[in-house]
Amino acid sequence: MLIFECPYCGVHAEESELSPGGEAHLKRFGPGSDDADFESYLFIRENPKGVHFERWRHSNGCGKWFHAARCTMTLEVFGTYVAQTFEPPQDLKEKITAKRPGWSWRDFS
Amino acid sequence: MSDPVTAMETLRFEGFVTVSQAGSLGMITLRGDFGSKPFGTALKKALGLDPPQKRQIAHGNNSTAAWMSPDELLIFCSWEDKATLMTALQKVIGKRHAMVIDVSDARMTFTLTGSNVREVIAKLAPVDLSPGSFEPGELRRTRFGQIAAAFWLVSQDEAKVICFRSVGDYMFKQLKAASTPGSELDIWT
Amino acid sequence: MSTRLSSTGRLIDRSQKISFSFNGKNFSGFKGDTLASALLANDQILLGRSFKYHRPRGVVSSGSEEPNALVNLGDGGMFEPNQRTTTTELFDGLSATSQNHWPSLEFDVGAINQYLSRFLPAGFYYKMFIHPRPFWKYIYEPFIRQSAGLGKAPSEKDASTYEHFYAFYDIVVVGGGVAGLQAALTAAKSGKKILLIEQTAHWGGRAPVDGGEVNGQPLDKFVDKCVAVLASMENVTMRTRMMGAGVYDHGYLIAYERLSDHKPEASGPRHRLWRIRTGSIIIATGAIERPLVFSDNDKPGVLLASALRDYIVDYGVSVGDRTVVVTNNDDAYLTAIAVKNAGLEVSAIIDARPNGAGELGEKAKALGISVKAGKGIAKVLGSKRVTGVAICAQAGEGAVLEEIPCDCVAMSGGWSPVVHLYSHCGGKLLWDEEKLMFHPDAHNYPKNHNGKPFILPAGAVSGRMDLSEVLRDATKVGSKAVDSKKTSKPPSARMRVDAPIEAVWMMPQGAGIKLRSKAWLDFQNDVKVSDVQLAAQEGFQSVEHAKRYTTLGMATDQGKLSNINGLATLAASLNAPIPEVGTTTFRPPYTPISMGSIAGLARDEVFQPIRQTPIHVWHEEQGAYMEPVGQWRRPYCYPRTGESYADAVEREINQTRGSLGLIDASTLGKLLIKGPDAAKFLDMLYTNMMSRLKVGKCRYGLMCNENGFLSDDGVVARIDKETFLCHTTSGGADYIHAHMEEWLQTEWWDWKVYVANVTEQFAQVGVVGPNARAVLEKLGGMDVSKDALGFMEWKDGQIGGFKARAYRISFSGELSYEIAVPANQGLAFWQALLEAGQEFGVMPYGTEALHVMRAEKGFIMIGDETDGTVIPQDLGMNWSISQKKTDFLGKRAQERSYMVDVNRWRLVGLQTTDGSVIPDGAYAVGQGRNANGQKNTIGRVTSTYYSPTLQRGIAMGLVHKGPERLGEIIDFPKVDGTIVKVKIVDQVFYDKDGEKQNV
Repeated sequence: MLIFECPYCGVHAEESELSPGGEAHLKRFGPGSDDADFESYLFIRENPKGVHFERWRHSNGCGKWFHAARCTMTLEVFGTYVAQTFEPPQDLKEKITAKRPGWSWRDFS
Repeated sequence: MSDPVTAMETLRFEGFVTVSQAGSLGMITLRGDFGSKPFGTALKKALGLDPPQKRQIAHGNNSTAAWMSPDELLIFCSWEDKATLMTALQKVIGKRHAMVIDVSDARMTFTLTGSNVREVIAKLAPVDLSPGSFEPGELRRTRFGQIAAAFWLVSQDEAKVICFRSVGDYMFKQLKAASTPGSELDIWT
Repeated sequence: MSTRLSSTGRLIDRSQKISFSFNGKNFSGFKGDTLASALLANDQILLGRSFKYHRPRGVVSSGSEEPNALVNLGDGGMFEPNQRTTTTELFDGLSATSQNHWPSLEFDVGAINQYLSRFLPAGFYYKMFIHPRPFWKYIYEPFIRQSAGLGKAPSEKDASTYEHFYAFYDIVVVGGGVAGLQAALTAAKSGKKILLIEQTAHWGGRAPVDGGEVNGQPLDKFVDKCVAVLASMENVTMRTRMMGAGVYDHGYLIAYERLSDHKPEASGPRHRLWRIRTGSIIIATGAIERPLVFSDNDKPGVLLASALRDYIVDYGVSVGDRTVVVTNNDDAYLTAIAVKNAGLEVSAIIDARPNGAGELGEKAKALGISVKAGKGIAKVLGSKRVTGVAICAQAGEGAVLEEIPCDCVAMSGGWSPVVHLYSHCGGKLLWDEEKLMFHPDAHNYPKNHNGKPFILPAGAVSGRMDLSEVLRDATKVGSKAVDSKKTSKPPSARMRVDAPIEAVWMMPQGAGIKLRSKAWLDFQNDVKVSDVQLAAQEGFQSVEHAKRYTTLGMATDQGKLSNINGLATLAASLNAPIPEVGTTTFRPPYTPISMGSIAGLARDEVFQPIRQTPIHVWHEEQGAYMEPVGQWRRPYCYPRTGESYADAVEREINQTRGSLGLIDASTLGKLLIKGPDAAKFLDMLYTNMMSRLKVGKCRYGLMCNENGFLSDDGVVARIDKETFLCHTTSGGADYIHAHMEEWLQTEWWDWKVYVANVTEQFAQVGVVGPNARAVLEKLGGMDVSKDALGFMEWKDGQIGGFKARAYRISFSGELSYEIAVPANQGLAFWQALLEAGQEFGVMPYGTEALHVMRAEKGFIMIGDETDGTVIPQDLGMNWSISQKKTDFLGKRAQERSYMVDVNRWRLVGLQTTDGSVIPDGAYAVGQGRNANGQKNTIGRVTSTYYSPTLQRGIAMGLVHKGPERLGEIIDFPKVDGTIVKVKIVDQVFYDKDGEKQNV
């Protein structure tokens, strides 16, 4: 059972205090978007063996959504960060590079 | 009709700690950017307290403010002071984007007293209750069994637990079960 | 004869006699005994029958690895099957019965199976019971069900209580043997918070049985000193009778504490499940001795050499006067020496190795024990207990050289580290060719959330079998766990000089099929060498497949004794090296734990939270029939004496439509939305144009998810320019609140909107019926007249002295008000309404009346008309979808080709031609058949009721091109094979123009 540190309230919350929210950094496509973009927004998801970015909500806690970067193989958590961003913070990306050289995930590396 | 009618007759259980339903408290949810300077000044003016730090509880003249999230405070006061405080808050906040609502009826509060209060909580909530790790002054939002709840220590042998009123009965029953005589661990006493 | 010795017995207190019963017979033992040692002391060597062949079985081990000596323990609400006698501490009044036999343990009819064993090989059930197919359900399964299972299932509710405990430590040490104590002691010096747990009631593990010296002191003194020092340290918590059950990701450890199994009269919980988070876990779980594999190695009287040593030294119990020790390693010589020292006879040590043992060999010879090197056991003599062994050359095929009479055989096939906890979280193992064991791969320990190893094995579990090695390793691991740069000096002990162990996976190595089909690998599931070989022959090459096919290691002991022997047998059959065949997966729990401990407090009245409205108590007092709605309990109806539920529902509807009804609507979700961008936000959430809603007005709105599907509905009231109150469905409040927060926090975080869930702040009462206004006017307060509070308007004020907010909305089609008052005053307000309503014959009504009345009006219900695949357009609710908005959640999805397909099933009213009620969930069939030969479906019922108002069945349903087919008759087959003819009609059955609600 995983533990993530909520970047808002600082609690090291265990999974039973959190709700999973799927893949992070999805770009919303609304009315006017073409079928391919809309399909990718709704249905196409990463399923990496290794570095992955996800959303979690501290539902049994401060109620805030946050992002987490972790390794799907070892469950190592590289870090958590606030939801109000379009990409992972630079220092986190560097930290991941130090541990998993050559990683890439969607447009990030 | 200003007299509060409590949800049920006052609940009480004498286990290895005593579990009792606390009387009606005034509770006000405040959502806003209370960390900003002007907001902080306004709060000070209305409540006589500085906004609490992350997960902390701050005490004012007639009220106590608990940090619930970066943009939410829960303000406790006496049932009688609630209306005055709400008006005062609304006044100092003025046109700033904020929300002040009375949630006094929405919750139920329990008081736990006894030397092993930490243990009773640790049977229900996935939180480190060991002395030093959790101390008076902090409010923790978590789950108790299968429901969301929050608690804090008033002292080393008194704790408060709050939950939504609809699950107050469930909360009381599980606190009761967790404090059944004979189930003490005595690891922190 | 097995009996009590007069001298030894480290753990028993001979001054405290304890009486107990086995199969109704009364026995006595001593305090400190296990049930197994006490039974052996009473010469009860036959303890159970095996699972498949019902062979007589006795104790094999002295610990949690025991496969044979399982019993039913206790009676009634305290009854529990499959309890290991070897770990059951004796208490006064204990009552046990043996398992898996009929009619009695001594004479078991099922034992005939062993003569049929030729016909019951591995995979027998799979092969035999497949054909003919129909036989499975009526003949095979009932038969197999009857004969399957070990102990009986309890027939009464568990009378004990259980609980959980969340605990947090820097380090948890699992295992209170020498390694665990030394590691804990080393780590504890750092001041870090440490928990040390031991599954038995004693510290020191099995080392004190074998003796030795540490720092020049006897070993048990060393243990006592460690325990005393640890107990005095504030940062150390020590618990006995607590087993590390499972290790999970991110430092999560489940430990199982048995509080009152040994003293059932004690108050408090029986078991406590500790849910521990820890920085690292030192695994000091030791090792388990393996049986040797020879013909009839399962006879009562054959047991592990270490177990015999334990019974003699710890409990002062002899299993037999004459013992034969059979081994492939030096350790078993300790048993021979212990037997001799207890004044009993060792008939021979049969050592499969041609060159025998090291220094222990010399010691045994000096005691006059005969050692037969290079020999093996061809077979064991005796039926219900050992009477002797036939000796052969280990290198041969089993030709008998001589027979040695004896009544106990102590066997040792080497040791297997208890790597279970290490492996639960993905720890990798290495095969040690010299020591013949799997032990943890020191370069591959399981890692924690921070990427650092968090499971640190210490001592025998790492394959360190000598006391001196154990102490050195434990000291090192203890320092490592606290990242200490300083290396502590380990206590010193003398290293024993042993001759190497030799691989003996079959005794004798060339044993023929006759011997192999009597050589047991898994005692509990009755798996023999020949079964594993057959599996290999039949192509089961993977150990995971062979395990399932033969059931090797799948019994309640999870193969603690059998796995390695089985694996080696499989490897030999496949002609592959052991590490290549690999191990099966170790899964938690280490030994079975009680279901009660897993549930903890969550049983009976706290099994799950049941949400109660402020008026709940009143409903219960009225004897309302309650139904679950989400986690709420709501009255379904309020039956009166002599009434059926259907009667009550009909009465409630008639009364409400005729005069006045009340419904507790407090469960409806109430979300307050406030901020300069609140209107913009609601325009995105609802399909409607909420920003155009005027202050003081209400509007019914639909919410969709990004897939376009309907997710919730409810009435929105505009409180002021920046504030809205959104009603949600009863089950949907938390979900919709979370949904709103999600969009605000993760997509539109620059929008100025706050949301609060105020559902529980208010009690809400539906005042419904032609006399609704009259009763409110009678209570007095705010003006609720048509002009002052029109349909779809709301107003704050007071009613009957209660501070109230009144919404003039209707879900029944009648004149209706929903009144919200502070929750604390909900019950008083409800009672005031009942009192005032008496002159109108007021009645409370439940959810079923609510459902029927809304269906009569053709109103949809989320969860009935919708199921996560329905869009508003399917329900003919295009009127609620704003065409002016450029965007809202679900809009883009509703433009997808499948969503605009003219062939979608759409909502219509359904009316049976005979007036009957269409069964719930019925499907309409059309022409032709699908690819599976089933009739094509063209629609389904979504809501179906008897309407007391229309006095006939009414229904709504989704039908292919439904609204274009009004007046058509379609067929709904029923479960009984008959068909009900149904006419497609408009979905509004009652007051289509809304004249009644708008008065």
